[in-house]
Amino acid sequence: MSDTERPPGALQLLLNGILAENPVFRLALSLCPAVAVTTTVANGFILGVAVLAVQVLSSVTVALVRGAIHPRVRIPVYTIIIAVWVSAIDMTLAAFTPALYAQVGLYVKLIVAFAIIISRLEVFASRQPLAPSFWDGAGMGLGFLIALVVIGSLRELMGNGSFLGVPLVHGKPLLFFALPAGGFFSIALLMAFFNRIERALGGKGPGGSAGGHHG
Amino acid sequence: MADLRLAPAAALAPLALVALFALPAVLPVAAPAQGHPATALVRARVVPPDRVQLRFDGPLARTDAANFRFTEASAPDAPVPVTKVEAGPGGVVTLTVAQPLRASDRYRIEVAQPPLGRDVAPATWALLLTVFLSSALINNFVFTRYLGLCIFFGVSKRTETAVGMGITFTAVMIFTAMVSWLVDTFVLQPLHLGFLQILVFIGTVAAVVQFLDTMLKKTHPALHKGFGVYLVLITTNCIILAVPLLNAGAHSSAAEALALALGSGLGFALALFLMSCAREKLELARVPKSFEGLPIAFALAGLFALAFMGFSGLDFFR
Repeated sequence: MSDTERPPGALQLLLNGILAENPVFRLALSLCPAVAVTTTVANGFILGVAVLAVQVLSSVTVALVRGAIHPRVRIPVYTIIIAVWVSAIDMTLAAFTPALYAQVGLYVKLIVAFAIIISRLEVFASRQPLAPSFWDGAGMGLGFLIALVVIGSLRELMGNGSFLGVPLVHGKPLLFFALPAGGFFSIALLMAFFNRIERALGGKGPGGSAGGHHG
Repeated sequence: MADLRLAPAAALAPLALVALFALPAVLPVAAPAQGHPATALVRARVVPPDRVQLRFDGPLARTDAANFRFTEASAPDAPVPVTKVEAGPGGVVTLTVAQPLRASDRYRIEVAQPPLGRDVAPATWALLLTVFLSSALINNFVFTRYLGLCIFFGVSKRTETAVGMGITFTAVMIFTAMVSWLVDTFVLQPLHLGFLQILVFIGTVAAVVQFLDTMLKKTHPALHKGFGVYLVLITTNCIILAVPLLNAGAHSSAAEALALALGSGLGFALALFLMSCAREKLELARVPKSFEGLPIAFALAGLFALAFMGFSGLDFFR
């Protein structure tokens, strides 16, 4: 690549996905699974890994074939690429982790409709060469994975008194956090928390309010 | 404006009718009572938790437990022990069995003397109504399965857009679910192409939405002006993909697939409508700065989810 229009470095791209443009907390994209599967850390982790894999593989694929895709049919082509990788990951998880897959299976299949993946292909991978696309995909995927694990930790700790199935808190857990309603409240609290930090650091205000239009 | 809103539903009604005509072919027909002409087993139904109520059109000679054989339809070789038989007036015989029964499951009762047999199954309408109500209220896709959240938060800011989206979504949902059901039943399953499900269904959704968009633009430009913007958004809604996947996973009949599509569509419309009403009020409220925007909307959705938990005890067969 030329020095004149050099894309950002690997570390910067990774951190961008994890912090500045975290898919869940900052961009407010692909929220459905973030609430749905995060009743335990393990569930959140497995879906996060699936998203990470699909995002990286799709980004790399698009970066490799971007020259051959006609701009007018790019969205259907991206969708097919994502669907292929989702099918592959879906079958892999079903084969290797059947117990966890039984709980998150439907949401793994629905990764194909996640806005975050297709938006990264459109915004980044279709314009950049292989290496930066890989790091951008990895950053976004890791950001998503970390967000799911954070929400999952909060909900499992509060709702079940355990972490990764290991009981930590003795006494009555707050079942509320494990219930569907608790998922919404957990995300509300975490988003508000991140907004508060952002404001304390003198950032650009609540980022969560800007997004939310995409599946 | 009112007639304009209803119009897409009207445009899609013929298609829904076509789907309905296919129903009688797939609906299960209760096996007729056979055997002794003098006494017939007229009716059999499960009374949870562990009773079966039978009605004969005449008196029964033997009412001891050994005269009856009760099995689950899924395990016809392992009879469920009958512990008690009570004969009531009017040919009603109530059996008590040794395991909990569910009114929504299928069973078979056989009588040794006189030789009679009958399938015990819930009425088809009750089953369909259950699928419908379950997907609309008890397992509302937004509030208990957390699907379609992005659109949910995106278009629930104003009641008018929420209603428009709800109607468009329900119509497209029915259309997509039926097309996907046809593809799954007549192409994917016979050819054992189940592994292509995701690819085929997302293609079907995209094609159906594109088709409706083009068709509406040419035939009903006014309608397209009102609802076209929602059509494009629908492709990114996970519910529209989840329903075909659920139908395919459960090997639903066409009627069940239609009931699930209708229920999930209307459930989503209901969720959108409720949320938009609350969010319009929210604009006048004083919200803490960190909670402005999405965080408070999530908290609001959490309250709705709590309210919808009240439906969880709803049981149709009681």
